[in-house]
Amino acid sequence: MSELDAFRTEVRDWLEANCPAEMREPVRDENDICWGGRKWVFKNEAQKTWLERCAAKGYTVPDWPKAYGGAGLTPEQTKIFKQEMKRIHARSPLDSFGIWMLGPALLQFGTEEQKVEYLNPIARGEIRWCQGYSEPGSGSDLVSLQTFGEDKGDHWVVNGSKIWTSYADKADWIFCLVRTDKANKYQGITFMLFDMESKGVTTKPILLISGNSPFCETFFDDVEVPKTQFIGEVNRGWDVAKYLLGHEREMISGGGAGGDMVSIGGAFAKAIGKNEAGELDDPILRAEMAAFDVDVFAYRAMGERFMDMWKTGRAHPASSNMMKYVGTELNKRRHELVMSGGGSEALEWDSEETKGGARPRGWLRTKANSIEGGTSEVMLNVIAKRILDLPGA
Amino acid sequence: MPLYHNDDQAMLKDSVAPFVAEQAPVSHLRQLRDSADATGFSRDLWAQFTEMGLPGMLVPEAHGGLGMGHMEAGIVLEEIGRNLTPSPFLATSVGAVAALAKAGGTQADRWLPVIASGEAIIALAIDEGAKHRPERIATTATRAGNGFRLDGKKSFVLHGHVADMSIVAAKTDGGITLFAVPKDAKGLTADPRRLVDSSLASHVTLDGVEVDADAVIGEVDAGQGILDALLAATRTGAAAELVGVGQGAMDMTVNYLKERKQFGKLIGEFQGLQHRAAHLYGEMEVARATVMKAQQLLDEGNAGAKLMVSVAKAKAGRAANLAVREGVQMHGGIGMTDEYDIGLYMKRDRALAEFMGDVHYHIDQVARMNGY
Repeated sequence: MSELDAFRTEVRDWLEANCPAEMREPVRDENDICWGGRKWVFKNEAQKTWLERCAAKGYTVPDWPKAYGGAGLTPEQTKIFKQEMKRIHARSPLDSFGIWMLGPALLQFGTEEQKVEYLNPIARGEIRWCQGYSEPGSGSDLVSLQTFGEDKGDHWVVNGSKIWTSYADKADWIFCLVRTDKANKYQGITFMLFDMESKGVTTKPILLISGNSPFCETFFDDVEVPKTQFIGEVNRGWDVAKYLLGHEREMISGGGAGGDMVSIGGAFAKAIGKNEAGELDDPILRAEMAAFDVDVFAYRAMGERFMDMWKTGRAHPASSNMMKYVGTELNKRRHELVMSGGGSEALEWDSEETKGGARPRGWLRTKANSIEGGTSEVMLNVIAKRILDLPGA
Repeated sequence: MPLYHNDDQAMLKDSVAPFVAEQAPVSHLRQLRDSADATGFSRDLWAQFTEMGLPGMLVPEAHGGLGMGHMEAGIVLEEIGRNLTPSPFLATSVGAVAALAKAGGTQADRWLPVIASGEAIIALAIDEGAKHRPERIATTATRAGNGFRLDGKKSFVLHGHVADMSIVAAKTDGGITLFAVPKDAKGLTADPRRLVDSSLASHVTLDGVEVDADAVIGEVDAGQGILDALLAATRTGAAAELVGVGQGAMDMTVNYLKERKQFGKLIGEFQGLQHRAAHLYGEMEVARATVMKAQQLLDEGNAGAKLMVSVAKAKAGRAANLAVREGVQMHGGIGMTDEYDIGLYMKRDRALAEFMGDVHYHIDQVARMNGY
């Protein structure tokens, strides 16, 4: 038996012994996803047990080094771990912006002390982070951000506001882009870290068209931040931000920007009905769904090729922008067809039969896909300039 | 297997791409067209293809070929597409070889070696009406004497008027049977028509064509599987060629955006054009990945290949069509002139898009294969 086979057996046995049965059920609502943090209320005992067992083993962040709370798995082992998790339909023990965003930034730019101090609580699900990037006046034009940290010797005094801060009201700490030099646009931003319980931080949830409020406005009113709490160099936070934006697009590209990558037509046979020939009983909708399916299967092949090339350094460094653009536009199209396929049933907003209006709320949520993490228009700008090398601006 | 070219495939591309670009660039097509060439392709060029071993790429080594796969054939086809090279490669070296190799037997022994040696041109007589409907073949083969009598009309038969042999799909008592009909068969006539892309495709009439029993490719009534192999290979090959056509048109157009000035600016500076070019880039990349996936699945003999072949033909058809339409539009007035090549790409795309099932046919197939 090869080493990897032995590892697979080990993981399989461990998961079998340690993953509670409830944690192998499909995720039904938002509370089934464990975000961790000081304010987290576990939905049930199984969720708590699953997190604790994984954290003890380093399996909340399997590919992070052991010193920072991970299991130190190689890429091959990580792939096997994920396959085995998927095989038994195990839920993720912990999801968080600390794992997805701050962790990679710290691993790339942090000092040894910072890695030990911040990564371990992320891995154990003790500290929940949020991300402070966009501002009311700085969306796509992120680098124009105005939130300012005034230098007071051993600390900054931060004033300003952020918007679209995901779960800011539930987070413990924030990683945040703050201007520290007004004269220097790109090289005048510092990547700061601070506690959301600091004096002067307030949050206000934003009600979205989906009826949910995953995002907040976040206000900073004379917030004191010690001058040890930043990543990289002072005034060079844009480097970290750019790295993270690239990482985010790569993650979106590799992890299903296109949403659920399966055929859509078959799913609506019951709602729409079929004719004697076994075709969906709505020829124009059938044609649109089939054309969509072609694009879904095509994008699935593209995702495979992208990841194969990305991992081996063959991909154009800007190609994740193309993946994000194509994938998010595809997912929006899927949800338009889901609404058409569902008919009037898909309009119900809160009935029990529709799982509280899962379809319309999901449909509306997808409209943000092509806005967050860089709009489709910004992606097209990047492709035009960096890949096609078109002139101007 | 990763979805990019391995070292051997990259080497093949490095030798084929400059070869086709030098020996058969778009001016080669123009020269054939302007001289009203009656063959439809250059036999000299085919001889050069043969020197490189290309006609027998997919022919098994036991039959004198290179025993390569669809991924490799696709590399050649993409270059053929990019240069708009008139060539019997797709029908002869991909479609016919796939059918003969699948069937084996007498006809495989007879034809595969001469395909590999560049001596035989093969035509695929499948379509019967204006649209590709291989599931409704009406041409009949009835038992007569020691063999069969073939009656029917075939259309869109590339190289039909010069082919040494035509693979004819016909209805027999218990199913579909494929026949190898030699050039000089009595009752076989091929009426070549010049198409929009300057290629020649024939209306073929089979009027009581008598063939021996050993003209059957594979087994009587059991031609469906062989026909399926022929269709899958040819469709995938056409999709690869479409990717070449689309890529050629896109590259030409993006270059033009960097040269042409209006309003005192390079037109490539205008965001209206930048976004359309960037969108096209994404579509072409997705089409390329899709075609490679279909090639890979075919080469693996994977059961999922059939779905991916239809996806590839549909996706490559859509993407290449977008490339040539945007190409002509972004070239502006000169895009409408015969002097500029972009219009030739539009014509070739149209013909290839129709060949072996258009976008609509394959979208419908995808719905059927997914149970709706």
